Amino acid sequence: MSAIAYSANTTTFSSTISSITPRYSRHQPPASIAFSNTPKQPSFKTLTLKKLQFPNTTISPRKAVVCAASSDAPGKSFHGMCYVVRDNIDTDQIIQAEYCTLIPSNPDEYEKLGSYALMGLPDSYETRFVEPGEYKTKYPIIIGGYNFGCGSSREHAPVALGAAGAPVVVAESYARIFFRNSVATGEIYPLESEVRICDECKTGDEVTIELENSLLINHTSGKEYKLKSIGDAGPVIEAGGIFAYARKSGMIPA
Amino acid sequence: MAMSSMAASSAISSPFITPKDGGVSSLSAQSSSSIKVMPKKVSKKIVSVMTPQQSERKPSTTGSVKTGMTMTEKIFSRASEKSQLIPGENVWVNIDILMTHDVCGPGSIGIFKKEFGNDAKVWDREKVVIIPDHYIFTSDERANRNVDIIRDFSHEQGIKYFYDIKDLSNFKANPDYKGVCHVALAQEGHCRPGEVLVGTDSHTCTAGAFGQFATGIGNTDAGFVLGTGKLLLKVPPTLRFVLDGEMPDYLLAKDLILQIIGEISVSGATYKAMEFVGSTVESLTMEERMTLCNMVVEAGGKNGIVPADATTFKYLEGKTSLPYEPVYSDGDARFLQEYRIDVSKLEPLVAKPHSPDNRALARECKDVKIDRVYIGSCTGGKTEDFQAAARVLLASGEKVKVPTFLVPATQKVWMDIYTLPVPGSGGKTMSQIFEAAGCDTPTSPSCGACLGGPKDTYARINEPQVCVSTTNRNFPGRMGHKDGQIYLASPYTAAASALTGFVTDPRDFLH
Repeated sequence: MSAIAYSANTTTFSSTISSITPRYSRHQPPASIAFSNTPKQPSFKTLTLKKLQFPNTTISPRKAVVCAASSDAPGKSFHGMCYVVRDNIDTDQIIQAEYCTLIPSNPDEYEKLGSYALMGLPDSYETRFVEPGEYKTKYPIIIGGYNFGCGSSREHAPVALGAAGAPVVVAESYARIFFRNSVATGEIYPLESEVRICDECKTGDEVTIELENSLLINHTSGKEYKLKSIGDAGPVIEAGGIFAYARKSGMIPA
Repeated sequence: MAMSSMAASSAISSPFITPKDGGVSSLSAQSSSSIKVMPKKVSKKIVSVMTPQQSERKPSTTGSVKTGMTMTEKIFSRASEKSQLIPGENVWVNIDILMTHDVCGPGSIGIFKKEFGNDAKVWDREKVVIIPDHYIFTSDERANRNVDIIRDFSHEQGIKYFYDIKDLSNFKANPDYKGVCHVALAQEGHCRPGEVLVGTDSHTCTAGAFGQFATGIGNTDAGFVLGTGKLLLKVPPTLRFVLDGEMPDYLLAKDLILQIIGEISVSGATYKAMEFVGSTVESLTMEERMTLCNMVVEAGGKNGIVPADATTFKYLEGKTSLPYEPVYSDGDARFLQEYRIDVSKLEPLVAKPHSPDNRALARECKDVKIDRVYIGSCTGGKTEDFQAAARVLLASGEKVKVPTFLVPATQKVWMDIYTLPVPGSGGKTMSQIFEAAGCDTPTSPSCGACLGGPKDTYARINEPQVCVSTTNRNFPGRMGHKDGQIYLASPYTAAASALTGFVTDPRDFLH
């Protein structure tokens, strides 16, 4: 057994290994590609600083009400019935491949994508997320387990959920590309829970999510759950995606 | 050392894999800052004594870097024009190749036009590669329209590498048509060591086999890249997999990656790079390395990567005229974790329904009755995958007992099936072996039924059937029907299973 690879820190592995290796661990670091939950990322700082260089920006019409500067949208909350799913909900279950011929950037096809959202779930999910013939869901909040959105890179997945009228998912962890696409499109808030809540909530429970307080309240069961802060991704989603955010913050000309 | 590695491995279910922690994770902030200070002092000294400041020569290219970097970090470093990077940093990366296809191309183009204007031009018409491959041989009107959209865009923009198909009734009448994008990218010379390749497909990570950074992105990011040639990416920490030992002749790279995914789970590498090294990896062909890297996304990985070597350079000969510069992990590079696998002890594997990490030995599933076998896709539809299947069929001399569907990844693979002889067959081609064994005739190259697709897709699972497949995912509904059951396996295991009608260990025929 050679140890060539690590010149530094070999002494640390015994203390950190348990948090890294367990099978099916729910150890995923919060959302950490470019739009990370980590509060301060240098490159993002520079993005917002550039505001000074392009002061004359008009605000993008989409979702433009909340100011972009704040890190969490103040007072923003979501309320309604939740739809509960399990672990490893892959993109085929969120939007089946046969519907990926729909182009999300075409408005009428965008609406249609919503009508097919989560139709790929197995029949063991007795309640449909979107009723047949409907375009919108009754459940604006989705609660899942770990590794939500694994599988393909299809942006149709977060778009379908957003188009169906569900702007929030709360899961234990996300697959990387799904998280990134959620933020880049501004379609949904991919929030992470600190504990596993998909076992304790039931489809149809009335819940409220307070973004500012990173809190999920289940009114039906009377329980409250702490969520991880959405961090720097929050303003991007609030603005309506990376392009809208970049314009708003002056990174690209409006 | 022996003690500590034993203690470490006791937390792991398999005896063949030994993880060790390189300690980047929680300590990275601390340790990196303390390490960072050192080389700065040293390099300042060198600058003042030796020569005036040289802005052109980056430390990463001159070898004067004092903090070791992994090959993924080095690629990010060069692409972001920064001399030193650590995992977790967000950097603007210059993109060498952007690939898109008929599923996500239209949406990416839509975003590009909306954001940059109807008359906008792509940042570099020679760096955008557009490959129709997903929903081609179908009468689905929207699918056909999507190919029209990427064709119109390619013509309007003067895209140099657009692999068109117009005559859907006969793919051979389309000389430009390739087929599955990830295999076509390699065959057409778009994969080069040291470069950054992004694509609107999660299996873009396949190209990591060439010692480059390759990862899947969404439409919005692709729209951004189309307009700017740049993307904001986070530098991933690296998990290193050291695969040693002689590979038994009944195993394929598919077994190796199923072993690894089974070990670390479908989210075990989320946000991370997976670097594959060791004597076994060195002995693998390019196509086998592609299989290995192809499925890193099934472990959540951001990219998979294999150091470029003589095998890589040989493959690239005559495929690309562009210069490239391979990079390698430094001896003191820091890995989040290292896993060691003794490949000589592994057995043929499957991933049972409905998750790629639901690992089992093929022989443990010998009572699982199957309805069909599927050989194809970016993962298991390459020339060598069909060679492997033909080898098993030839060894048995028997006929398949269940419908066996063959979908070559590309037009070149299709040609190979009809022209390359199978060793030991007395000069018979793969196609002759398949025909003699009673397989379905190899069909038009495309992604086919790997991801279900339109209802009329060839070999799509439209009934609740059980399928052994050389593809990459087996989540519910992946190949069509929600109650279909997919056993992911190597081409050896798939062919052996076709011969018996049950999930079968290929050693039953190869020995």
